[in-house]
Amino acid sequence: MRFAARLLPTSIVLSVLLSGVGCTPGSPPGPAPARQAVVTKGSDTMVNLALAWAEAYLEVAPAVEISVTGGGSGTGLAALINATVDLANASRQIKPEEIEEARANGVEPVETVVARDAIAVVVHPANPVDHLTIDQISAIYSGAIGNWKEVGGADRPIVRLSRETNSGTHVYFLEAVVRRGQQDDRTLFAADTLLLPSSEGIAAEIAYNENAIGYDGLGYVTDEMKVVAVGANPAGPFFLPSVETVNLGQYPIARDLYIYSAGRPSPQAGDYLAWILSPPGQALVASLGFVPLRQTP
Amino acid sequence: MNARRQRQWTQRAGFGLLTLATIVTTLPILLIVLLILQRGLAAITPEFLLAFPSDGLRAGGIFPAILGTVLLTFTMTLVVAPLGIAAGIYLAHYAPDNRLTRSIRIAILNLAGIPSVVYGLFGLAFFVIFFRMGTSILAGALTLAIMTLPVVITTTEEAVRSVPNSFHVVSVSLGGTDWQSVRRILLPQGLPGILTGVILGVERAAGETAPILFTAAAVYLPHLPTSPLDPTMALPYHLYVVSTQIPGMPAGVQYGTAAVLLILVLLMNIIATVIRSRARARRRW
Amino acid sequence: MTSALRERLVAVAVRVAGISAIALLLVIFFFLIQQGLPALAEVPLPDLIGSRWYPIEGTFGLVPLVLGSLLVTLAATLIAVPLGVATAVFIAEVAPRSVREVLKPFIEVMAGLPSVMLGFLGIAILAPELYHRLRLTTGLTAFTGALLLGWIAIPTIVSVAEDALDAVPRGYRDGALALGANRWQTIWRVTLPAARGGVLTAVMLGIGRAFGETMAVMMVTGNAAVIPRGWGALFQPVRTMTATIAAEMGEVAGGSTHYHVLFLIGILLFLISLAVNLVGASVVFRARTRAERILS
Repeated sequence: MRFAARLLPTSIVLSVLLSGVGCTPGSPPGPAPARQAVVTKGSDTMVNLALAWAEAYLEVAPAVEISVTGGGSGTGLAALINATVDLANASRQIKPEEIEEARANGVEPVETVVARDAIAVVVHPANPVDHLTIDQISAIYSGAIGNWKEVGGADRPIVRLSRETNSGTHVYFLEAVVRRGQQDDRTLFAADTLLLPSSEGIAAEIAYNENAIGYDGLGYVTDEMKVVAVGANPAGPFFLPSVETVNLGQYPIARDLYIYSAGRPSPQAGDYLAWILSPPGQALVASLGFVPLRQTP
Repeated sequence: MNARRQRQWTQRAGFGLLTLATIVTTLPILLIVLLILQRGLAAITPEFLLAFPSDGLRAGGIFPAILGTVLLTFTMTLVVAPLGIAAGIYLAHYAPDNRLTRSIRIAILNLAGIPSVVYGLFGLAFFVIFFRMGTSILAGALTLAIMTLPVVITTTEEAVRSVPNSFHVVSVSLGGTDWQSVRRILLPQGLPGILTGVILGVERAAGETAPILFTAAAVYLPHLPTSPLDPTMALPYHLYVVSTQIPGMPAGVQYGTAAVLLILVLLMNIIATVIRSRARARRRW
Repeated sequence: MTSALRERLVAVAVRVAGISAIALLLVIFFFLIQQGLPALAEVPLPDLIGSRWYPIEGTFGLVPLVLGSLLVTLAATLIAVPLGVATAVFIAEVAPRSVREVLKPFIEVMAGLPSVMLGFLGIAILAPELYHRLRLTTGLTAFTGALLLGWIAIPTIVSVAEDALDAVPRGYRDGALALGANRWQTIWRVTLPAARGGVLTAVMLGIGRAFGETMAVMMVTGNAAVIPRGWGALFQPVRTMTATIAAEMGEVAGGSTHYHVLFLIGILLFLISLAVNLVGASVVFRARTRAERILS
């Protein structure tokens, strides 16, 4: 009985102690500076970039606490609409419906382009196919083409890999590639497309599955994949995705990456955004395999 | 072959099959545990346990995730233990055998069977959005508490019920009140069973991802949480992130995180088992 | 405070706590209903029973998800029940004491293994292995999910069934043996039937466990919302209801149609588990009365 009776006050003491958990390893002695938080959430494509930015920014402004969560562009924008985050990372543009919902909630989304990205189309390294046209990729993903031999490969069924529907990459790929950029096209991904919850899922599958085709941001291409050159014309030219081909406008599947804020960002969030757009922030963009914004001289 | 011999052969074959089934059941798990420990233990250095993650979670340590799990389960226990134990005592000792009691039992049975992701959904809508807690330790802990409530209630009820009724009768006949009997006799005698239930509930909560996915968990936080309304990193979610979301993740980090989670679970299991066997030895009936 | 007053307060507090279980269930159900029912108004019923699930464009066919869950759960059950019951029988009736003392805690350890850990190994090891060994088009299939689910559900089945077998009075076994039966016959004709109620409960709990699992299936079943056709579908990707909620839960803006439909799926999960529990309870009840009639 004594044990149980002692449990209650012990828990109270413990919870008081734990609620004082504000000690950060390596924090300077003396009164802690007022902690300002910037909560960011969204694109899984950008999550590594966001993590790198947050870590680097800690050196620039140690008092500002940047938290990062993934979940997909849709998740980040939904959180912005629900007013639970400061900044939403998105690898696609905000949709008109989302803008409406935001306004209905009293939130005015403000868009900033923070980087560019190329979407690489990847296959297993042993896959003989080297290049594909946009039309072919569209036909593959919509289900019209089902076997690799129809595009010059081996006699194998095509296993289509995709990101989940809440991914901005997914939406961008749907609009730009599957629907070939046509606004009123209503083609969908084939029903048996595997919707993998992350870029790593795609990488893991491509690494062993010779039937698979996948797509993802350039920063997620690993040595265990083969990148397919993409062109608009069956006769060529076909381009591999890279910083050069994106900046020269040659690679056809390239997109902007965005950060959205609710109205004008708070001072800390605004400073963070400005830093992202500055050379140190953009240097991180390049080092992670994305395409930095062209710096205006 | 005469009938008796045939029966012997059937028995031998049957026992063989049962043994085989047991091996098939347990061997893969044993191999999994060994594999994770083999590949993961090497990665568990003091730095791994005490430092923050760096280089996009690929290096450094997992301390915030460990602490987050501790905070979540601790807060959860603060809520679920009093409520669950009280409800268990009610069912074991106070409840009359009528329709209300039967409905309560059915309700608990059903609560136990609800998929954990439905709790996550409920937690998101109820605590995060409706009560405006946001993605926070509090929302996550409350969601986990609701999820583990049935386990705590049922084990408490069984533990208190297993104390022989004569104890209570004697206590009351010696002039004690009902509550005194509960407080000084039934509860302490049933405490080991109750503790086992709480620990098993904590063990389950520590390993679950779906309920905290959108009620508490963050991929990366640069500082430790300072209030119950902050989001937090957590071990099972961290394992999910490092095993599926980050390219170029060293296998050591993945297996190391899995090993830490595994060891945590094993530890709780050991504690529960020790409490149970000590209780059995100390039992006064 | 007088002793009588304290007694009354305690009694009230404890009773309130007891009723909290019902209250909680009702609150959860009510909240799910409140958030999910608008989906029935916003999405016409023929669409909901459609065969295509593509929520970001307003296509909310639930059939592939429900069938996906059922396929994986059924396959997992077919794996877990025979293995689980056999293991329980082994532990309770056949294993020598020393082996028992090792196996029982091991089963409890099995029960505590986090499913995200098993999912991780599923992606890393199981999926490629199955792809190569069984020459599948991909390793991310319903079967892969069923394998993981099976081993996740087995510990539940084993512990409950073993408890039930253990609870069968010794006299039953002794009586059978005294009448000339050997141990095998005793198990199958006396002990197991006597424990039928508990074993059935164990099976129901195992099915519920498999049905409700989220992370492991999300990581290894491929999440393709196809309607499984024929037995070959077992070796093709599927999308379960639980994985759908987990994958899409965060993306939805509160109050949108997608949000309501996800809650509708939550209601479905809730109702199906309820149904499994009630069916199980009634089956157990009937089995118990029959067993009692036979053996008492």
